[in-house]
Amino acid sequence: MVNEATIWKLFENIFDPEVPVLSILDLGIVREVHVKSKQEVEVVITPTYSGCPAMDVIGMSIRMALLQEGFTQVQVKQVLSPAWTTDWMSESGKQKLKAYGIAPPNHKQLVCTPDAFQEEEAVQCPHCGSYHTQLVSRFGSTACKALYQCNDCQEPFDYFKCH
Amino acid sequence: MHDPLFHYCLFLADSALILGHRNSEWCGHGPVLEQDIALTNIALDLIGQARNLYQYAASIQGGDATEDTLAYLRDERAYKNCLLVELPNGHWGQTVLRQFFFSTYQYYLFQQLINSTDVQLAAIAEKSLKEVTYHVRWSSEWVIRLGDGTEESKQKMEEAVDNLWSYTGELFVPAAYETPGFGVDLNVVQMQWQQKVAAILDEATLALSQQGWMQKGGKEGTHTEHLGYILAEMQSLQRTYPGARW
Repeated sequence: MVNEATIWKLFENIFDPEVPVLSILDLGIVREVHVKSKQEVEVVITPTYSGCPAMDVIGMSIRMALLQEGFTQVQVKQVLSPAWTTDWMSESGKQKLKAYGIAPPNHKQLVCTPDAFQEEEAVQCPHCGSYHTQLVSRFGSTACKALYQCNDCQEPFDYFKCH
Repeated sequence: MHDPLFHYCLFLADSALILGHRNSEWCGHGPVLEQDIALTNIALDLIGQARNLYQYAASIQGGDATEDTLAYLRDERAYKNCLLVELPNGHWGQTVLRQFFFSTYQYYLFQQLINSTDVQLAAIAEKSLKEVTYHVRWSSEWVIRLGDGTEESKQKMEEAVDNLWSYTGELFVPAAYETPGFGVDLNVVQMQWQQKVAAILDEATLALSQQGWMQKGGKEGTHTEHLGYILAEMQSLQRTYPGARW
């Protein structure tokens, strides 16, 4: 019988369709795995953002991978609380993001507050390493990213924002 | 279906969905690319929040109900969104002012709802609150920029305050299905909303509206003529090809 440890291992090879260098374990969205019998397994995941379209694709990828392992009844359950945070992203995930050209999230203490024009956190340019960067927009190509530009190398880049 | 929780979920979901739909009308039409992307991101968050609420409402209703039947197969009178979100977008300034009014309401509402005794409502509020924080910040910055901007932008923002003000009162008058409260004291939400709105409008050098008379009805299903057009567009596929799937 396929045990839970094997399934966790399997998830190292299921990737976020929008940031394909991150596995779902790097993202920190898999909460629980319960093998109930030879046929039946339940996986509990938590969404990054309420409207993230990648969640449906990820749920489907999990289902396909487990069906391939011989399970016939696969339940993928979504839970909302406690709400996902970038603190759950793995260290190796952050390194992979940086190598991919996306600035990894800073520590959670710098998370967004509702106050207008608050002091911006220093975000390091993933290309040249400079901290001399500026926010272009808090909303980027996907819900989880903000747009930045480096004032030294002039390159625009995505920042995986604290959440 | 007489369960107040069911109707409360629909009210929250409908308001988020309709504003998400209105914002999505800006897709490809924003004043600059970055802000076009920002508003469509906000639309996506709102539609995601609506999905969570519809899924919960569908589980309460039971039977064949799904998030899709609730969004696509109810008519105007069954929709419970507040009137504010169904109004036409107007110019960019009016769209961001409406977003500021609504997001600020959501922000203080969800702050209380996360302590609701209803576990699923609390979870949805907890998830949504993190996203709404970005919306409050983004929209308030734009209200300040445009109010305290050029002579023309200021005049347009003053008009927008006048156009929208009478649609804000409804948010704080509980509908019949809101009476259980679900852990929310609307009077507190109203007080916090008024303080925040006064502070931001002040920073934007905009005067608070003196209008005292307020519109109402949306939360109970009596809408402006605009909602019918939105639903006609949003639901046309399911109405024309019932049961169509991707």
